[in-house]
Parts: sequence; C-alpha cells; structure tokens
Amino acid sequence: MSAETAAKVNGWEPKIVAFCCNWCSYGGADSAGMGRFQQPPTARIIRVMCSGRIDPLHVFNAFLEGADAVLVTGCHIGDCHYVNGNDKTKIKYKFLESVVRELGIEKERLQLNWISASEGEKFANFIRDVTEQIKKLGPSPLKPEGVA
Amino acid sequence: MGRVGAVAVIGSGIAGIQSALDLADGGFRVYLIDSKTTIGGRMAQLDKTFPTLDCAMCIVSPKLVEASRHPNIDLLLYSQVTSVSGTEGNFKLKLLKKARYVEEDKCTGCGLCVEKCPSKVADEYNAGLSMRKAIYLAFPQAVPRVMTIDAERCLFLTKGKCGVCKKVCTAGAVNYEQKDREIELDVGSIILATGFTPFDPLLLKQYRPTHPDVITSMQFERILSASGPTQGHVLRPSDGRAPKYVGFIQCIGSRNPHIGRSRCSSVCCMQATKEAIIAKEHDPNLDITIFNIDIRAFGKGFEEFYMRAQKEYGIRFISSRPPEVQMDSSGKIFVRYEDMKEGRIKNMPLDLVVLSVGLDPSPETKKLAQMLGLDLDEFGNVASLIDHPLETSAPGIHACGVVQGPKDIPDTVAQGSGAAAKASALLATERGTLVKEKIFPPERAVPEMPRIGVMVCHCGINIGSIVNVPSVIEYAKTLPNVVHAEEAIYACSRDNQEKIKILIQEKNLNRFIVASCTPRTHEQLFQNTLKEAALNPFLFEFANIREHCSWVHMNEKEKATVKAKDIVRMAAAKSSLLAPLTTSRVSVTQKALVIGGGIAGMTCALDIANNGFPVYLIEKEDMLGGLLRHVTGLEDGRKSSDIIAPLIRGVMSHPRIQVFTGTLLADLKGYVGNFEGILDTRGTKHEIKFGAAVIATGAKELVPSGYYNYGSKNIITQLQLENSLENGFEKVPGNVVMIQCAGARIPERPYCSRTCCVEAVKNAIRVKKQTKSSVYVLYRDMRTYGVWEKLYREASGLGVVFLRYSEENPPIVKDNIVTVHDLLIGDDIEIEADSIVLSCPMVAPESNAEMAKLFKIPLDRNGFFLEAHAKLRPVEFATSGVLLCGTAQAPKLIDEGIAQASGAAAKVCVLLSKEEMETDAMIAAVDEKLCIGCGTCIKICPFNAPQLIDVEVKAEEMVYLAKKSRINPAMCKGCGSCAASCPVGAISPRGFTSNQIKAVINAFGSIPVVRS
Repeated sequence: MSAETAAKVNGWEPKIVAFCCNWCSYGGADSAGMGRFQQPPTARIIRVMCSGRIDPLHVFNAFLEGADAVLVTGCHIGDCHYVNGNDKTKIKYKFLESVVRELGIEKERLQLNWISASEGEKFANFIRDVTEQIKKLGPSPLKPEGVA
Repeated sequence: MGRVGAVAVIGSGIAGIQSALDLADGGFRVYLIDSKTTIGGRMAQLDKTFPTLDCAMCIVSPKLVEASRHPNIDLLLYSQVTSVSGTEGNFKLKLLKKARYVEEDKCTGCGLCVEKCPSKVADEYNAGLSMRKAIYLAFPQAVPRVMTIDAERCLFLTKGKCGVCKKVCTAGAVNYEQKDREIELDVGSIILATGFTPFDPLLLKQYRPTHPDVITSMQFERILSASGPTQGHVLRPSDGRAPKYVGFIQCIGSRNPHIGRSRCSSVCCMQATKEAIIAKEHDPNLDITIFNIDIRAFGKGFEEFYMRAQKEYGIRFISSRPPEVQMDSSGKIFVRYEDMKEGRIKNMPLDLVVLSVGLDPSPETKKLAQMLGLDLDEFGNVASLIDHPLETSAPGIHACGVVQGPKDIPDTVAQGSGAAAKASALLATERGTLVKEKIFPPERAVPEMPRIGVMVCHCGINIGSIVNVPSVIEYAKTLPNVVHAEEAIYACSRDNQEKIKILIQEKNLNRFIVASCTPRTHEQLFQNTLKEAALNPFLFEFANIREHCSWVHMNEKEKATVKAKDIVRMAAAKSSLLAPLTTSRVSVTQKALVIGGGIAGMTCALDIANNGFPVYLIEKEDMLGGLLRHVTGLEDGRKSSDIIAPLIRGVMSHPRIQVFTGTLLADLKGYVGNFEGILDTRGTKHEIKFGAAVIATGAKELVPSGYYNYGSKNIITQLQLENSLENGFEKVPGNVVMIQCAGARIPERPYCSRTCCVEAVKNAIRVKKQTKSSVYVLYRDMRTYGVWEKLYREASGLGVVFLRYSEENPPIVKDNIVTVHDLLIGDDIEIEADSIVLSCPMVAPESNAEMAKLFKIPLDRNGFFLEAHAKLRPVEFATSGVLLCGTAQAPKLIDEGIAQASGAAAKVCVLLSKEEMETDAMIAAVDEKLCIGCGTCIKICPFNAPQLIDVEVKAEEMVYLAKKSRINPAMCKGCGSCAASCPVGAISPRGFTSNQIKAVINAFGSIPVVRS
C-alpha cells in the first residue's frame, strides 16, 4: 500500500515541525491558546530565541526525521527583537526554498510566515491551512521507513 | 533626619511602571501603588499603537512581568493613598488596601472560579461592551495574576448566598473574611503618574452617546482587539452585524471651551487614524471617514502614517466637525457636515459612529493634588514649567505621563524615566540602602549523567480535563534519563515550589522539566526554584502543554494527549543536553559622556551629575545653548535666556561636570560600561573613558532656499523673526504673512516638524503685542497640540487671521504679494506683505551620519537618530550604553526635549550605579578549534559582539597566528543568528546549541505510531 493510499485509508494526519521565535511567533502560539483558537494537533513547536537562529540544516534534519512539513516563523519584518534577525531568515529561506525544490519536495511542505505575539488566530489558521494542504499531498517523500 | 532611599510611585500605567523600573534598577526601593487590581493602566487596554501598529499588549506585557518580579518593587494594588505627611526626603504615606477576598499568595489565577461564578457585571476592560463575572481577573494578561471579588456584585458578600468560588477553588485562595487594611510607608520622594480618564461623552448629548451604534474610541479599540468583545471582528453593537459606513468624530471633549475642555488632547487624531487603519485591515469593505478640525499628526512618523491612511487604505479625512449625530425617521443615524470643496452642507448616513474622546484628568488626580499640596493648571493637569516639566510645585514630588498634560506613549515613557532621574538625584546619597538582593545557596556541581525530574501540571482542569495527565506521567518515566515524574494540580503554586526543591534533593535530580504553560510567563519562576535548590537555573526546561496543547485541542483529547507526550519527549531530549550557564562580570567606568551642549545635553549632564556621577559634556560650537540661543521668546511668555542662563551656570559650576566647547568626538572604541573616546578640541586631542554616552546633538532650522522666493528682501524664517522680536524691527511691518510647512510635509521632506505651528502662533502673538501689524498665518493643519491650543485661541482673539491652504495649492509669493487659495471661503486671497515669515522644519545635521558610524547606531529616513523602539524605548538605542535625547531624535518642543534628557539620564544612572555589570548567560560561544576566522559572524551580528583576534595556533611542527572569532559577552544578546550562518558550525548560542536543537528534532522524529 503506497503512503498516499495509506493516508486516505487510515485518516492519516501529518506531523509538522514549527520553528518559532521566542518573542513573536512562539507568543502567537501562546495567544492562540489564550484565545482558545482551535487547531489540528499536527504541529510540534521548536522554540528558538530568534528566527535568525534557524539553520537550514535544522530544516533538513526535521524532514529527515519524518516531518511532513516544516514551518519557519518569526516576527514581522521591522519588529525583530534583535534588530534584523528576520531579514536574515528571509534571505536564508529563499536559499532553503531553492534546495527544497531541487530535492523535489512540494513547495507546501516548507512555509514561512511572520506571526506577532498577538496573532493567535493567525497562528491557528496557519496550522489549519498547512495541515489541510499536507493532507492532500500525503506523507513526505523524505519520511524514513516505519515512521507514521 | 536622613533621607529615605525609597520612592512611592502612584499610578501603575506605563509612566509609573517606567519610573518604578528605572528607580528599582538604579538601587532604590519602590512602592508601586494603584487603586486598580492590576498594573498596566490604559495602555493595556489598547489594541495596537501608532504609528508602527505594534500590538500594545505584546510590548507592555513584558514590562508588567518585569515590574511584578523585581525584587525592589512592591506592588500595592487595589490601594488608595489616604494621607501624606512630611517633606522632601522624608514622606509618610498612609494607604488603604481594599480586600480582594482572595489570598494573593494562594491564588494561581487558574480561572476556575470565574467560570463557575453566576454573577455578571459590565466589563470595564472592554469599556462596558461585554460582561465579566463578580470574581474576575481584569484582563487575561493581568499582573499579578490574582483574582478579585467585586464586593458589590458578589452574591455571597451581598446576600450570603452562593459561595461557589470558594467551593471550586482547589488552591484554597478565596477568603470571604478578608478585611481592608491600612499600610504605612516611609519614602524619600513621590512620583505622581495617575494618567487620565477618557472623556465621558454623556456630557455632549447632541452626539447621542447612548445610541448603541455611537461608541467611544476606547470602545472601538476593544472591538478591534482580538481579546475584545467581538474577538477583533468589526461588528456594530446594536445588531452584531458588520457595518459598512463608519465615521469618527474628532475633538469630543477637546478643543471645546463650552464644556471647560479647551485644550487639545494630543493623541486622538492619531488614535482615530490608527483605529481606522486596523479596522480596514480587519474588513477591507469598510468605508471610513474621519471628521476633524485639523489632523494633528505631529510626532515622529505620524504624518507619514496619516498619508498612508489616505493613500493605501482609502480612509477619508473631512475637515468639518459635525455638531451633532442625527437620526432620520427610519431610525438610521447620520451626521451633517460642511463639504469645503463644494461649499455646501451635506448629510452622511453612518452605520457606526466613533466619538474620539479626549483625555480628562483622572478623578484621583485632583484628590491627590490636594493631599500633596500640588498646584494644578487651568486644565486640571499637574502644573509645571516648560523648563521643569517633571517637577511639581511641591519639592520632592514629581509628576510624569498624562497627569502632567496630554501626551502619547513615547513621551509618557520618557517622562517616566525622567521623573525617576529627578527622584534618584534627590536621594542619591541613599542609593542602595533599602534594596534587597536575594541570596541563593551555592550551586552544586552537575555530574555528566543527567537525572531528570518531570512535573506534569493539571492546571486545575485547564490541562487535566483534556490531556490524560497520568498517562503522560507514565510515558515520561520511560524516557531516557528521566528518573522521576509526578503530577501537580498547579505546578506554579507556592507549595509545589517547595515540593520541587525536595524532589531535587531526595531524588538527587540535576535537571527539571515542568510540563504546564508557557516559558514566556513562568520560566523565571521555576528557574528561581532551581536556584533555591542549589541547581543552576538553566538546567530547567519547559514543556508547554497548555497554550500549545490542551487549550487548542479541546475536542481531541486523545490526540492532545499524544501531542503532550511528544512535547515532553522533546523537552527531555533537550534537558539531557542542558549545561549550567554562568554570567560573567565586567567592570564599569562610572562616568558619562554627553554629546551636545543644547538644553537637552545640559539637562542630561546635570541630572547625571546630580545623581553622583562624573560627566564629560562636549559641544562642537564655542558656546553652550544650542538651537535655543536663536530663539528669544518662550511659549509661556518668558525669555529663552531665562532657561539657558541657569542651565549654563549649572553645568559650568558643577563639580562633577567637565565642559568641553569647540570639541568633537574624534574616535571611539569599546562597549557598554567600557568606552574609550578621543576628544578633539580645536586640534588638541585627549583621551577619555566612560561607561555610557548620550547623543544630544540636536537639529537645525532648514534654510528654505528654493521655497517661496527665500533670499529675496523681506522674506525671512521664524528664527530670523525671533531676532527682530527681541532686538527690534528695522522697519515695523504693516502686514506680516507667515507660511506654515515651508519645506515640510512635501514629497522631498514628508515629515511634520511638530514645533512650527506653536512657534508661529507664539510669534504671531508677540508681533501683535509689540506692534500694530496685521498678521496672517497660512496653514494646512493648525497643529497647536496639547495645552498650546491656548496660544491658537489667544492669537485668534488678538485678531491674527488664519487662512487654510491645501498641499495641492500652496501659496504663491510674487514680489511682495502673497496669493493663497483659502479653503474656507474657496477663493483666492491676495495679501500685500511687508514681511513674509517662513515656518521651516527642523532638519537633522549632516554630521549625524558620522556619529551614527562611530557608535554603530541607526538613523531614520529623515536623518534623525532612530531610537530602539518607537513606543517603549524612546531614549535608548538597541546598542547598550548609548542613549538619545532632544531634537537629535526628532523635532520637539523645549519641555519635551528636557523630559527626554532626564529620561536618558535615568538610563545612564542605572548603568553607572553598579561597579560591575553582569552579562547575559544565554550568549554565543565560539569553538576556536573549529573557527576559520572568516568573519561571517561579524557581518551578521547587529550588536558588534564578535571580533576577530589573532590567536597562536600550533599545528604539528608549526606555530602561526590565525584569526579567530571571539564574542564579547557584554554585547551579545543571544539571538543565535551567527550560529545559523557560521559555515563550519564553530559558534553556538548557549541554551540553544546546535546539539540541543538537533536532539529536539531527533526526538520529534521518534513519534509513536498512532492508529486510529
């Protein structure tokens, strides 16, 4: 049974890694909680101090560990707690996108979003939207054997 | 009798909090007093802030937490000052602290009682648009997170029935027997920061304030907020539907002498513009009109924001204030206004009317002013002089924020810091005498082998009713290195802190994980618990299973439990790799450098020196005094020399201030606490050392070449007019025509220079008083904001003629004839002018670019210095140890520049008050064996923390010098950008090392397979 068929048969749910910066998007995820903005339980958040800390290697590692999608999130441009960390993220992200394209991974599996600490609803909607998109795609082609 | 090293700050809005933090950081004990149940004031009620649209709660909330945790700040909330005695240096305050009927040290803020309470009351936080319970938390992020029972609405306290909150409270915090109690305080100084209360529109019945779809700007603010009554959806109160036509009416309770409110409230124009923009972002279909007299977009970035509102968001601004809100026969509301372009009266039907209500002095202010013996001004603000904006009429008592006059957040914050500088100068000899420092047991050594303890929190039912906590505990026990796991009803409660300490000792744990809420609010609490248990605080790890799990998966209990297990597993993976982190200490040169000898620089130098620290004050000109030397008369009728002369005497005679005129800063190296500079005094160089620097380099008046025939005879600038007004006119002009915005608010210089309208009106009055001349002021918007509206009224009363022109149709000057298309009459007017006075903007000196390079600090697009944060850090740069004040930051009036200067002084004093500085623990570290000296980290770092040094490398037989990166711990902020860019993985930020992140990702991977 192919992964995609398995997905349809078993009501498969994707597993998503969301890298969040301490000051904005992690706070956005917190605000989603405080506002009770419901979202599918598909994302696992990894906190870093700044989105600028996210090394392209972390993203590839997450895919190799079976992530069906990886989300890079941070403060809105101009709001970075560290002056311009998110500008650097933006540049690195372009590079990441091109590599992911080279690897033949669908573009929906890697997404960038700026979410402020107050944007709880935006965070929840983002997780919901990505989950829907990935459900249609099925499991990541990079997912190792034996991982759901 | 000696002075007391403690300060009472009355009012805990952003002004009071800022004063409290700066004083407490500078070595004083602070009592932060408020009659409300929480700190945060009005700012906590705002959705976003102009002009950057920062989320208000997000930026204020860290300040709330900081204030509540500060070892030197005591929060005395729900408390009223009942009496004050004593004098400067020695005051005695009596307070009455009302009973909350909830024990502050027991309540965990879980909110179960709120859920069960049957009694409902209008919610003040949502400006009456929703209901809260009789037991309540003022707002979700309230600090302290302690419930209060509204005694007037509680069924048990009023009728003896119910008692449900006590029954459901598992923490045993509800106490119906609690009594009000009296508190006595001894303090050396008092800071009054009691803010404002929004104008009550019921006084203006013609605007139908009781109609459900006529709301105040404060109510609209709550409607726009995601935490508000409609979750941020723009819906009108009457039927809960989305409105189409929204109209703001400005100056409700401002610029209206008929109801005793003649001053301008300063902030409402921008608040309305901001609310209109946010509303359009929520619902692009809205059609929004802002009815105004003038749009007063005078602050930094405001004019640009106002332009964006029109061009990008299509918000309509109409210069006409409707006299009333009317209702047609079908019950629909509409307003009448004057269409200036067409010159006729029109009706506009509206679905929602927002009344932009002004800032009234808060009711406490009058009472407190009487008690403290303070003078109030004619508007009910605490009276002050423009050269002493923070001092009241009573020695030892200072005022800051809106209580001193209407102002926006950055001016309020600058004043908050400034008042702290004044209070600490008064008590400088008592610095450090009443502060507490918490003593922790010496840290024990951590062996290689991790032994992790896990506590999984039920959070009442917040987590436990969704996530299967016992199964998470059993799962946690199976994880590598976890030696103990147990549950808690509230992990954050006081008794559980004791429990964690006992567990660490009994089970010999060397790492601890709490699976509960968010580290953003609770990490420090548990880190302190670890410290008390003799463990390094950085051996603590959080697993957020509430905000990120139970609260957002309320209908998927099983999956939420699986996710909670994943979160704990990932936390454990990181925990195993945590290492103790230490801070280092660097010595501080306890001296300051102030650059610029204008009023801002001189004020700042004096405040620092009065706080006990030596100051170098340098000025590039040969004389002190700056731009104000060219101004002759002040807004309050005094001469500018009345301000400058005492300041110059003050700095020249101060034993701790060394003044260098004709001097530039030629070179600079070092970092916060340890700067080294070279001064160049007309070619003579000398070296100085200092711990902090203040940029007070000012601005200059634009030379308006190319505008309105400047350069021809009888065409002068306002500063040239100042000279004639002081020293006499060569020939007294018959007609004086002033042209506002000469070279400002135009595409090549889009900003508003803030001061020119006040300046022009002030000079128009002086001309009128000195001569028989006719004075015409040609303006676009009359921006005589705040209390200076009174000058505009006075000028009109003296017969000054105000003619309004538009950007598209500026006045034309030909020979001595000025032709202006007046918007009010809709026709051209020709005036024969004997003197044409151009009101030109202040511009940034070209030398700012060099200064910016020297200190590695940014400039804004208009060439002024760019502060660290537009709202909450108005006098700071992102670079530690470098501060900013006066017109170097943006054009501003004298009192504003002086308040900022005192604010910058407060920040300097905090830095210099310690002989040693502690660096952050979570900073980057370089593995020199791996570093190839490429310098990428240097290019990446915005804080100049890494530098390349020559290191001797031994390789086999060879010894050579190689470049290696080294991080300056005093400058690194721990963002980790360098680590993500290092090509060889030589840099890793402590607390978020590459290995730790990799371990978390790996732990993510070993997901147990869920079959459904």
